[in-house]
Amino acid sequence: MPLDTETGDFVVFDRVQKSYDGEILVVKDLNLSIGKGEFLTMLGPSGSGKTTCLMMLAGFETATHGEILLDGNPINNIPPHKRGIGMVFQNYALFPHMTVAENLAFPLEVRKMGKSDREAKVKRALDMVQMGDFGGRRPAQLSGGQQQRVALARALVFEPELVLMDEPLGALDKQLREHMQFEITNLAHDLGITTVYVTHDQTEALTMSDRVAVFDDGRIQQLAPPDILYEEPENSFVAQFIGENNTLGGVVETIENGVCTVKLDSGDIIDAKPVNVSKPGERTLVSIRPERVEFNKDRLQAGAHTLQAEVLEFIYMGDIFRTRLRVAGRDDFVVKTRNAPDQVRLKPGETIEIGWLPEDCRALDA
Amino acid sequence: MSDGPVLAADGTPLKRSLARALRREKMRAFLLVAPLLIFIMVTFVAPIADMLFRSVENNIVRDTIPRTVQALRSWDSNSDELPPEAAFSAFYTDLVFAEERKLHTRLGSRLNYEKTGMSSLFRKSGRRVGRFDTDEYSKAFTGLDAAWEDPATWNRLFATGNTAMPETSDTYATWRAVILENEDDPLAEEPWDVLFNALYRDLSNGNAFDDPLLSAAKAGLGSIEPVSIREQLVDVDEDWEDPEVWKTIQTYAASYTPGYFLNSADLQLTGEGVSARPENERIYIKLFQRTLFMSLVITFSCILLGYPVAWLLANLPARTANVLLILVLLPFWTSLLVRTSAWKVLLQQQGVINDILVWSGLIDDAGRLVMINNQTGTIIAMTHILLPFMILPLYSVMKTIPPSYLRAAKSLGATNWTAFWRVYFPNSVPGIGAGSILVFILAIGYYITPELVGGTQGVFISNRIAFHISSSLNWGLAAALGTILLAAVLILYWAYDKMVGIDNVKLGG
Repeated sequence: MPLDTETGDFVVFDRVQKSYDGEILVVKDLNLSIGKGEFLTMLGPSGSGKTTCLMMLAGFETATHGEILLDGNPINNIPPHKRGIGMVFQNYALFPHMTVAENLAFPLEVRKMGKSDREAKVKRALDMVQMGDFGGRRPAQLSGGQQQRVALARALVFEPELVLMDEPLGALDKQLREHMQFEITNLAHDLGITTVYVTHDQTEALTMSDRVAVFDDGRIQQLAPPDILYEEPENSFVAQFIGENNTLGGVVETIENGVCTVKLDSGDIIDAKPVNVSKPGERTLVSIRPERVEFNKDRLQAGAHTLQAEVLEFIYMGDIFRTRLRVAGRDDFVVKTRNAPDQVRLKPGETIEIGWLPEDCRALDA
Repeated sequence: MSDGPVLAADGTPLKRSLARALRREKMRAFLLVAPLLIFIMVTFVAPIADMLFRSVENNIVRDTIPRTVQALRSWDSNSDELPPEAAFSAFYTDLVFAEERKLHTRLGSRLNYEKTGMSSLFRKSGRRVGRFDTDEYSKAFTGLDAAWEDPATWNRLFATGNTAMPETSDTYATWRAVILENEDDPLAEEPWDVLFNALYRDLSNGNAFDDPLLSAAKAGLGSIEPVSIREQLVDVDEDWEDPEVWKTIQTYAASYTPGYFLNSADLQLTGEGVSARPENERIYIKLFQRTLFMSLVITFSCILLGYPVAWLLANLPARTANVLLILVLLPFWTSLLVRTSAWKVLLQQQGVINDILVWSGLIDDAGRLVMINNQTGTIIAMTHILLPFMILPLYSVMKTIPPSYLRAAKSLGATNWTAFWRVYFPNSVPGIGAGSILVFILAIGYYITPELVGGTQGVFISNRIAFHISSSLNWGLAAALGTILLAAVLILYWAYDKMVGIDNVKLGG
């Protein structure tokens, strides 16, 4: 997906803070710029401040400090209805007393658009989400997925340049959710609109976004495209929040040439890539993705450190095997292997040796 | 699969098996509700049924003066002539027994509802009926044969109910019953004048059977001066010469009458049919109109005052909302009388509000506002009292409207007002409906408050019903008015259901 940051900073959060009670900052010093046409996802656990950021952008919450700019103009004092931002709500917020077509016509009506224009636009928007035949229905007569499409069409029908989505797929079942993820991203890119998407579902964030902002504790922990986020997490929160992860605690022994050795709490020595450790003696958490663990010694570098591991559990999951190991005194170390014809199926009780490429093992903050 | 009915595991048809299983469950459900059901039947359904029945029931005329009713049946009330002497005589006989049983005043009161003056007419006639000149008959017959003085003679001749002398037999039977009711001995009691009157009439009509005593009496009939009952009655009161009096009796002779209902609609049943009551007696239509109008005003005031409060309640944080809710409910925990009396203190001409207005110079002392003992007082006090019934359903409906609706509307470009009016308000209409039905139905039948603060101009139909129940004792009319009120509520409910749909009414959830 094209990352189009050259078009400038369409939405800018400049040192934005937000507090509800005057004691606790829900959003601490947020700086973020979103390019025109970008699909940016705010990802984080609940209470991390992501929804508050979205609400400030939509105009339903005011920033306690700092400035929000939309296309270069400060919007702090513009009421929500004048911001021209489309929004899809968590539970769709379709108006139950109006038909689908009336729901879609509503934003056009309040913009004093003529009847024929209105009807044409409503029809186009409904066709866009494949709901052309449902204009006369009431929201209550639609399934969750259909309501979702209508809510999307309603947020887009008045052709806003910016669309906000607040966990729009939360109420759908898994299959429908995956399908809608695909549709929403396609639609957003086809129409070239800027999208800010809030979710706590990391899969959704990874599959849909141009960039993901991982929120925790009122701060952006990392802002990066999905692949970077997954493969090069900058701190242990991101590493653990995104995808599955094995972490081992230890102390840095040596750092040289971009590779460090870490002495684990169990006494074993391993190789790792220093990310936010700077000098020997520092405490660190190393993180290794389950699919990057290697137990075929031939694929490791010569002289690489290996660890003894005891197989505790072997789970057959169809496309992959998931093996739980006891490593360095911890018994929650997980390894994932692809279900290939030549793949070894480990048996519980077996003792094996595991290792990894130093760049796959990241030494992060403790 | 076989073609026969599906069978259960034990071989019985599945349908029967299912019915048996369901019956047991139904039985259990019924037993659970039975105590309440019985309670409601006894304390609610039965009284209402009785009330509905009372509004048309009219056995009193037929039961009290059966002979008169019978005699008037053939009388043409449109002829402008008085009923025949037979009817007067029948009335005399009826009145004698009714007076003895102390029933004539009740009948008088009943007929007084339909024609004023009937009550005093009956009371007066009852007082005088013992002194009618019919004792001439008694003296004459006793003069012919002293045996007539002996109750045993009467018993021998008429106790068998001889059809040859119907009037005498009939009168004797009633007389005997009356004597027995008084726990006296019919064989020891001296025969009354009314018996001799019947005897004279039967004999002069040629009705007799073979008995020496009767033959002798018949022979001596010519020497007896006939007594005109009509003249006797007219002597008591000239009104007995007025055909209208007899028309009223004839019109209300039936066991069931629409009279009470017609009365409730300011109409009356006369010999010529249904006609409007005299101008000065028409009050019920006006009262019904006033009741409906004021209930509507009260309902509307409740919506106006309650809607913002409910909105606030629904949108405040839970803790603040709970405090406010207690304030809303506070009136519920105060006695209705205390609240109404408080309004008296506030609203009267020497009351708090007027004093403040005078003190602040907004009105002068001579121009104190009249805010009580009129419609204003009733509307103010009842709006206050019924307000919680509007706020609570509104609140519970508004609670269910997600705040995201308003946000969505605003994000779509609607101003605050448009968002409220186009999105929030339509979703709160079921609450308005529920509250309005509740308030309106309560208001339409309200009694205590209008009674206390309504004066004469601010009273409702219910106050009139109470008056008829406890003061005028015209229960039939009270029942008819109550029935109309009940019907009005049901019709309004039905109309509301047709227009809005009762499914749209929510008390929450």
